[in-house]
Amino acid sequence: MKISINALRERVPLDIAARELGDRLTMAGFELESLTHAAPPFSAVVVAEIIEATRHPQADKLQVCRVAFDAASRSVEGALQIVCGAANARVGLKTALARVGAELPGALKIKAAKLRGVESAGMLCSAKELGLAETSEGILELPADAPLGQSLREYMALDDMVLELAVTPNRGDAMSTRGIAREVAALCGVPVREPQDPMVVVDAALAAEQGTARATLHEAAACPRFHSRLIVDIDNTAASPLWLRERLRRAGMRSISPVVDVTNLIVHELGQPMHAYDADLLRGPPQVRWARDGETIDLLDGKTVTLRNDELVIADAEGAVALAGVMGGTRTSVSSSTRRVLFEVAWFSPSSIAGRGRRHGLTTDASQRFERGVDPQLGAVAIERASQLLQRIAGGRYSPIWCVEDAAQLPQTAAVTLRHASVTRLLGADIPAEHVVGLLQRLGLKLVADSSATTTPGIWRFEIPSHRFDLRIERDLIEEVARLWGYERIEAAPARSLQVIRPHPVEVIPEQRVLDTLVARGFMEGIHFAFVDPALQAALFPGVPVHALANPISSELAVMRTSLWAGLLKATLDNQRRQQSRIKLFEQGVVFPVEGAETRRLAGVVVGSRWPEQWGGGREASDIFDLRADLESLLSLTGDSSAFEFVADALSCLHPGRTARLARHGQTVGWIGELHPELVRSLGFASPPCLFEIDVDPALAVRYAPFEAPSRFPQVRRDLAFIVDDNVTAGAIMDVVESVKLSGFRHLFVFDVYRGANIESGRKSIALGLILQDKDRTLTDDETDRIVAQVREALRAACGAVFRE
Amino acid sequence: MGDLATLTRQALDEVAASSTLAALDEVRVRWLGKKGLLTEQLKSLGALPAAERPAAGSRINAAKQEVEAALQAAGEALSRQAVEAELAAGRLDMTLPGRGEVRGAVHPVTRARLRIETLFRNAGFEVAAGPEIEDDFHNFEALNIPADHPARAMHDTFYFPDGRLLRTHTSPVQIRELRKGRLPLAMIMPGRVYRCDYDMTHSPMFHQVEGLVVDENVSFANLKATLQQFLQAFFEKDLRMRLRPSYFPFTEPSAEVDMSCVFCDGAGCRVCKHTGWLEIAGCGMVHPNVFKATGIDSERYTGYAFGMGIERLAMLRYGVNDLRLFFESDLRFLRQFGAA
Repeated sequence: MKISINALRERVPLDIAARELGDRLTMAGFELESLTHAAPPFSAVVVAEIIEATRHPQADKLQVCRVAFDAASRSVEGALQIVCGAANARVGLKTALARVGAELPGALKIKAAKLRGVESAGMLCSAKELGLAETSEGILELPADAPLGQSLREYMALDDMVLELAVTPNRGDAMSTRGIAREVAALCGVPVREPQDPMVVVDAALAAEQGTARATLHEAAACPRFHSRLIVDIDNTAASPLWLRERLRRAGMRSISPVVDVTNLIVHELGQPMHAYDADLLRGPPQVRWARDGETIDLLDGKTVTLRNDELVIADAEGAVALAGVMGGTRTSVSSSTRRVLFEVAWFSPSSIAGRGRRHGLTTDASQRFERGVDPQLGAVAIERASQLLQRIAGGRYSPIWCVEDAAQLPQTAAVTLRHASVTRLLGADIPAEHVVGLLQRLGLKLVADSSATTTPGIWRFEIPSHRFDLRIERDLIEEVARLWGYERIEAAPARSLQVIRPHPVEVIPEQRVLDTLVARGFMEGIHFAFVDPALQAALFPGVPVHALANPISSELAVMRTSLWAGLLKATLDNQRRQQSRIKLFEQGVVFPVEGAETRRLAGVVVGSRWPEQWGGGREASDIFDLRADLESLLSLTGDSSAFEFVADALSCLHPGRTARLARHGQTVGWIGELHPELVRSLGFASPPCLFEIDVDPALAVRYAPFEAPSRFPQVRRDLAFIVDDNVTAGAIMDVVESVKLSGFRHLFVFDVYRGANIESGRKSIALGLILQDKDRTLTDDETDRIVAQVREALRAACGAVFRE
Repeated sequence: MGDLATLTRQALDEVAASSTLAALDEVRVRWLGKKGLLTEQLKSLGALPAAERPAAGSRINAAKQEVEAALQAAGEALSRQAVEAELAAGRLDMTLPGRGEVRGAVHPVTRARLRIETLFRNAGFEVAAGPEIEDDFHNFEALNIPADHPARAMHDTFYFPDGRLLRTHTSPVQIRELRKGRLPLAMIMPGRVYRCDYDMTHSPMFHQVEGLVVDENVSFANLKATLQQFLQAFFEKDLRMRLRPSYFPFTEPSAEVDMSCVFCDGAGCRVCKHTGWLEIAGCGMVHPNVFKATGIDSERYTGYAFGMGIERLAMLRYGVNDLRLFFESDLRFLRQFGAA
């Protein structure tokens, strides 16, 4: 919202600098986004008149002008000779003269010069040259009554500044010069002024046009009030006067034609959107109704839109002529040849306008205001002010104003009760009662004199002015008090803390421990988008249903992940492209299965050498067992390592012979494996990545194992070496040994797996270490031998183990 | 056999000539052993007249002691040499780096989030979470943002065909926690949020942390104190803070939180666009309509809420100047966050 200080000053007395005003508005909720000069600096530019113009002897496109810049120089002898290339330079034109010595924007210094052999003592300026427009055709055209010799800055009031303010969506009432003036008045404690122009003279003869100009309201809830006025015999051909064009420019708008400019100015000045139709193009009186499904309208921005039946339109006998509260249509639009105009100033309920423009990609000055709310009492003021302005510019005869309304459907502002105690309690600040009341009164709220509330000290009832329809409950008033009192004046006060010791279940591993474990093992944490490329998702998890976004930001970020692997693998490829050869990444985050709830997962990917390249080894490629050790280290945080089982299994994205399902007490809690060789190739990995992923909650819940006192008696180690078929797994062998359930058996581990020379193909040699120890006594050699014999027998029977004797 | 003095000199010469501990031991046996040459001398005492024996005995013992001492000294010297030789052979290049794995790093957003959690936990706040796929009720309706409310235009929302959406802020967790009805409460709710907006300074996914305190007399002054303390603790700077009136449908009064620029201390620089202030959070007093939607008596309870972007906090705290770096998992970026 761009507000000119000069325009503001017409409505409120100002005795502070623009910057300070901007700061105060910022601290009252209207953030100053920028503060700019209405015109860039320039000097020695004055109002001048061309009194003679002749063709330049050497150049067709140049004219030699004699230019007067004060009364004394009106004679041809006293006038300055200036060569000018503008096509609109003509005798009698008042324009802007930069005299010798003038400095123009862009550090342009005007010097006496010869142009194609003719002396030129200055320059006639265009709006662009003065920094008043991005582009311009010809030199500035000033009104005939512009006083010769006056500084142009003074004449055009260019030493103005423009505040650009952010207005929050709850303050539709402040989206105008008038609204900001009211805020300034309340902030500074000064009164607002309204312009006191005489009403236009109504042409009684035009009352007969009622049948074509008075609106019919079919949807009184959506549009309970509609003012219209017919204006005839206007001249819309001329350009709008300079003051109007300047005002629009400073508000960030372009001048189009007098009629359109007036309606645009009214929106900006008063906050009341309005529309002007070419009355000769309207077929019958305007009607307000819901659009028919599929009805189309050609809008002023050139788009044709198809409407739905919850969009309000203004229609005539032939169909929609405007998308109500958003934009008018082209069929009845005003042009320079328009002679008869119908003004529309309506009140639309916010809910009937909100969101409708956005459906068609439209955010207009009108829609922004209507969806935030417009003062329902503003219409009569606005249509009269528009008429006054238009009459000054384009003449015309004016009909009476027809107001069609259903007053019962108009929003009513109710009185609101405010308790001083509520203010104090909510803000934690003691604002004296007279200030509470005074600040609200500055906003135009009136104390209700004769209510029971007013008889109780510290309880007040306020009448709300119609433009503050946002003030409905006590809290709204407290906010206004706080805002005007100043948030900065409310002292910070720490709350007394509750000394509560909250439950802290050991079952939940502190996140920091999980992170530390992985980080200590060389992993870096990545965070990736939760929406992934559907192609990658489908390549990894074919047939797994996904949540697809209705409005993805790109086709590559279109479906919700069902695993963290998609993001990790993409990040791995990205790093491979950045010449990183060793990558260890993990991620924690939720995944979004279509069946079931969002699930917290933790996943990791590893590719490259076992250790970072170094002198001390570890150059071999890390494999699934390195990653398994990382995962087991993580799982050991649960204190429940023995409950986890790695079960050979299959997942379509993993190497079928190098995949394990992680089970805890039989429940699947994760997967580990090497990426399927086909995916390794198709995705372009230099070497196969290994992956794991676990469901955080079931996998990482802590179960402290019961304490067991260490045995005081010596332990014995016995090693067993035997040959089995290659397909007998270590897991199966361990299970067999464990199943013997011997007392005195403490620990078991595989310390060698060998295939190759001296072992026939399809077989392998396994070496097991058995640690035996009893907790009550020293095991005898006999007992030890018996245990080992039992284990050997079990392995022979169950696994076909052949022992080398 | 020569005389004792000759024998002694001979023994001492042999001690001096021994270059190993084993040779030295042989010398000891040869001279001082049970049948050693000097030991033998004692046996010859019997042949002497009784009067001469004591003097001769003590001469022999003195000789033995002299040889013994020489053996001892030579033994120690040889041991010392042996140790020195062993040490010399065992020298390593101590400037070589250590063997094995090197530490990875926690993501800077996680690091910032954990810091935030620690600060608030220390002040008695709980940490809560909620789903990322939300419904209209929790993300908008219950937060006093009815359908077609202009504030919805500020949230570029990702939708699913069934009308559900990716939460645009962490505020729906407020609704879920308030509906549990456990009052008083003080909690923060960190999490990922989503907005349909992607450019230099916007990511379609980012992280927020929401704060909520509800009790019988929670005030705007309390909110101000909490935020001020948090920002000062998080940035470890004595920075200034101001609350600027603003609008959020779910709080009233509402405020934008500005803090004095951490780069120029408020003097004005490129980062703060020469205003001296950085916008860091939004906050306000919980709107009565939010209490109504969650079944809480707004006459009895008041509350404050705030929300801030974790990436923004992390960028300002760690000096990261490009939001996009957070989501690219560039190891060269991540590696820099190995510190605790």
